[in-house]
Amino acid sequence: MNTRLRNPGFPSRRLATSLALVVLAAAALSVSGGAAAHGGEIHRPASAEFGPGPRHSSASAYVVTLMPREPLRLRRLQSVEFSIADVDGRPVENASISIDGGMPEHGHGLPTQPSIAPASASGVYRIEGLRFSMGGWWQLKLVIDSPAGQDRVTFNLDL
Amino acid sequence: MIARSLLILALAVPSVAASAGERHGAGAHHEALDEALALSLDVLGPAPADGSNRWADDPAAADLGQRLFFDRRLSGNGKVSCASCHDPRRNFEDGVALAKGMGIANRRTMPIAGTAHSPFLFWDGRKDSQWAQALGPLESAVEHGGTRAQYAHVIASHYRAEYERIFGPLPSLRGIPRGAGPVADAAAHAKWAALSQRQRDDVTRIFVNVGKALAAYERRIAFAPSRFDRFAAKWAATGSEPADVLDEKERAGFALFVGKANCIQCHNGPLLTNNEFHNTGVPRRTGLPEDRGRVAGIPAVRSDEFNCRSRWSDAKPGECPELQFLAPPSAAHERAYKVPSLRNVAERAPYMHAGQLASLRDVLDHYNNAPAAAAGVTELKPLHLDAVELDALEAFLRSLSGGVSVPVPLPRAAARGTLTGKDP
Repeated sequence: MNTRLRNPGFPSRRLATSLALVVLAAAALSVSGGAAAHGGEIHRPASAEFGPGPRHSSASAYVVTLMPREPLRLRRLQSVEFSIADVDGRPVENASISIDGGMPEHGHGLPTQPSIAPASASGVYRIEGLRFSMGGWWQLKLVIDSPAGQDRVTFNLDL
Repeated sequence: MIARSLLILALAVPSVAASAGERHGAGAHHEALDEALALSLDVLGPAPADGSNRWADDPAAADLGQRLFFDRRLSGNGKVSCASCHDPRRNFEDGVALAKGMGIANRRTMPIAGTAHSPFLFWDGRKDSQWAQALGPLESAVEHGGTRAQYAHVIASHYRAEYERIFGPLPSLRGIPRGAGPVADAAAHAKWAALSQRQRDDVTRIFVNVGKALAAYERRIAFAPSRFDRFAAKWAATGSEPADVLDEKERAGFALFVGKANCIQCHNGPLLTNNEFHNTGVPRRTGLPEDRGRVAGIPAVRSDEFNCRSRWSDAKPGECPELQFLAPPSAAHERAYKVPSLRNVAERAPYMHAGQLASLRDVLDHYNNAPAAAAGVTELKPLHLDAVELDALEAFLRSLSGGVSVPVPLPRAAARGTLTGKDP
């Protein structure tokens, strides 16, 4: 089952259902990551976890929401904005953020090395230089560092 | 319609393979149409602009590029042109395992059609534009085998007027020996080193413009529609899967292609390639030097004399996103090679980067068996397809042939393959 997305960032339900972005609970992630590290079976997260957020980071320091302006596409370089708020809902500015990711089932990382830049709105950032080379389950992992602490969140996407 | 043109799978299914394999019902039928349209030439669109070549869309440059493409004077022995390996009568390929110019290359000749859509060129992606790519073989000892000074003299002697109309005045080449160039040959290299910086720059500028003219021509070489494209178009127009364009076996092959066989993992989109680099466990070819594929191509394109950020590029700062976001070499790039388009695939045996596999069935068997990689790790997993399924897949692949289209008519001599030393 796909998750109904109600984020205003999506122009239509058709696009929304097309996106099926997933935010995984960090605990579940670390389990699958650990399994991958030991060469065991890699399991897709439960479909109920799918969605663009808002979701809490693993230690609940942040609430992160992906806000793609158009459907994520295969093959093209593209940008995706996301917002970071603290536990009280205040935008987190000047955070230091790193990005990693890949396809857990294929054992490869992102085909490009994206960068992250602040966007115009407060607490909003933009991932630039993102590319997806094939359909299937992708992960985007963000490590966020600010005075509120260092924490991580992983988005799972189904392209 | 826009959404249909995107290759997007919406539902949280256990895997891509299962999503197609378990398709049934009206909604799923619609999804199958979307999958067909996503592979159709109708959704390709124009090639992205090439900011590194300000003459990329200049018709006069394309005309000059076409003449240069077939000119055998652009070689060390007067016998090799671009068309020697990129034969227009063979969809701009040569049908042999290893390209043959003045010597034998270490790789298979690649198709030209559609490469204007590709961020990185060559099997290892060591070039980042069509013009930079075109310059590589010209200075390879086993391909064209000449030098950039020689090519500058050919332009000055035989193409002066056309060149100057497009690119501006030619500099004087007086005192510049034809045999000078930064190539492997020591004598040529010594002559090159003896030139002044100004002379080297003058020659290199002409050489670069030769590449940019060749690219303006190659940019126009496109894939022509195949039976598969007519199948997708008719399906979209009528709303039901047509039974009279592809036969039952070919349609079964299509379902496998987007489903159980997982071909669209890499061969996706209207060019049937994701333009990426993958290790698929292709065996080494005996007798060739070590070939590490993309792991060597990444540093090569970063430091390439003619890349998008080079002084010879027309791109403004910030107009080279592919280099900007290029990932560093990693273990996954070991023996990873470019995913070629599958358009016209049945017409271009033998297969893989050094022609290791002789037939389409050999290729399908390779993917079905998923052998371990010679180095690095293969991304393939065994497909467990039976002979009937392999037959169907092969039949589908044969439906992807449509030839190529070249908007500019070929010179008559070139079409006969007989163009020699005289001006075309």
